[in-house]
Amino acid sequence: MLTFLRRRIASSAIPLVVVILGVFYLARLTGDPSNLYLPLSATPEMRAEFAARHGFDQPLLVQFGDYLAQVFRLDFGESLRTAEPAADAVLRAFPATLQLAGATMILAILGAIVVGSWAAYRPNSLADRVASFTSTTAASMPDFWFAIMGVLVFAVALGWLPTSGTESAAAWVLPVLTLLIRPFGVLVQVVRGAMVTALSAPYIKVARSKGAGELRVVFGHALRNAAPPALTVAGDLTVGLVNGAVVVETIFGWPGIGKLMITSILQRDFAVLQAAVLVTAITIFALNIVIDACYALLDSRVRQGVTT
Amino acid sequence: MSESNGSPVLEVDRLSVDIRTPSGTVRAVREVSFSVRSGETLALLGESGCGKSMTAQAIVGLLDPVAHVAGGAVRLDGTDVLTLSPSQRRRLAGPGLAIVFQDALTALNPVQTVGAQLAEPFRIHERLSRRAARKRAVELMERVGIPEPAARVGAYPHQFSGGMRQRLLIALAMALHPKVLLADEPTTALDVTVQAQIMKLLRELRTEQQAALILITHDLAVVAEQADHVAVMYAGNIVETGRVADVFARPRHPYTRGLLDSVPAEVARGTTLKSIPGSPPDLHSVPSGCAFRARCPMARDVCAEQRPVLVEAGPGRMSACHHWRELTDD
Repeated sequence: MLTFLRRRIASSAIPLVVVILGVFYLARLTGDPSNLYLPLSATPEMRAEFAARHGFDQPLLVQFGDYLAQVFRLDFGESLRTAEPAADAVLRAFPATLQLAGATMILAILGAIVVGSWAAYRPNSLADRVASFTSTTAASMPDFWFAIMGVLVFAVALGWLPTSGTESAAAWVLPVLTLLIRPFGVLVQVVRGAMVTALSAPYIKVARSKGAGELRVVFGHALRNAAPPALTVAGDLTVGLVNGAVVVETIFGWPGIGKLMITSILQRDFAVLQAAVLVTAITIFALNIVIDACYALLDSRVRQGVTT
Repeated sequence: MSESNGSPVLEVDRLSVDIRTPSGTVRAVREVSFSVRSGETLALLGESGCGKSMTAQAIVGLLDPVAHVAGGAVRLDGTDVLTLSPSQRRRLAGPGLAIVFQDALTALNPVQTVGAQLAEPFRIHERLSRRAARKRAVELMERVGIPEPAARVGAYPHQFSGGMRQRLLIALAMALHPKVLLADEPTTALDVTVQAQIMKLLRELRTEQQAALILITHDLAVVAEQADHVAVMYAGNIVETGRVADVFARPRHPYTRGLLDSVPAEVARGTTLKSIPGSPPDLHSVPSGCAFRARCPMARDVCAEQRPVLVEAGPGRMSACHHWRELTDD
């Protein structure tokens, strides 16, 4: 297990450097920050001084080298806009995104397990058809539309829920619901498919021949066998959420990483943008390692590298 | 192989099974009747698709969703299990009726340890603690001849060979000392030397626990070696029953005789193997009268007009052939 983790961490290092490089150069394509931070009337001397102060006068390669050296000392630079350390801005925004993503995925996974298993229990039954229709609709729902309609109905017309904020429990309802709907729809379909296969396996008949009750058969025997595909898709969907739910965070004024990234791109705040992408990338790599570890926990054959 | 005393522990009475198919419902098992006593082995003999596995699954209540019992009774100690509620049936699954499936490679759950799977009957039926159930699992593994059971109780199915997995399945089925054990082609997936060991184990356990064994097979040699009685199935019908020695020596149904004539052991080198001409009927269009008549050398007009039923054809034997008397002189 430890060798397994070490190998996975080592193989993540190279893509991580590539991500840093990509963001570093792409960020600089957004334009010259001095256009934004200095008055229109600024003289060329003032611009040169601004560039020199922030190191923008150096060749790009030198800038990148300096940046890498900083990052290795865990120094992510300062925000151009607020002069605070970029790391502070990112670490302040990230928990909000993680909480939102966490709450959403836990609900989506639990919901999908129940609905997907229920649908798979009797394929082509009325329950199955209702679940299929609902999940297809949910999976194809545009989240920005759902968010705006949610605000319109529940916040504006009915006044039950606030339009933005993170403090009250009610403020979580609309953002979580909006983010939930697509992953839920997709996961229901994946769980259903995997459960139909698992429930028709011979070992299910054997379990029933021991006198196992239906709950034991479905959740004790079939679910764990059906888990790997659902885990793969759930991991993918979580990555999408950790990336920053840009649309939802913007609509609901959620102070998360997605909102921070958009702001820092618009402000050409390179240090903050780079730090935000780096932290997100590390989280995603970590998430993938966790998912691989989950496969290994679920199935001893993965642990032992058996191919059958 | 003793002639056991008393009444049969399991009586299957005119059991029928229907299957829904895209082109309509077909009857896969037609009014099948047989019975078996404790400590006795009955072989259900027939070729693929004759309904023998379907019969077994109907008895233990594990038919696929497309199939259902269309009539008849399955009496275990006089109680018709088909009329019981699902929870009453679950209580019988293990101590009453148990089954060993044919494919040992897929019949064990790949993500659970064999110990957990063997402990499950004790957990469910005897409400034993995890520790106590695990101890019983180790004892079971030891009984069926798994080497180093205490060390291997935490291993997963893929770490066992095919023969060992079949032993585990037998252990599982015998865990709660069932009154009736059904074994559905328990050795088809195994190589020949292992087959013999598995059959020996089944026979030992049957005798030890005084269970009734129903052996489902297409293998005439297995029937000859293992069974006391045999019921021959063809296209969903039982066509002949009797003691194995009697039936094999003097078959009283042309299908049984065809099967016995196809055994290669009695054919000299260079001569053509005998076989039954044609193939079994499609269940969608079973012909009128006798299902076997199209392949039968003895078929006459009456065979198309009247469906033969099982009639007494000598002491302790039955035949579903209008002309069974013509076969008695061989």
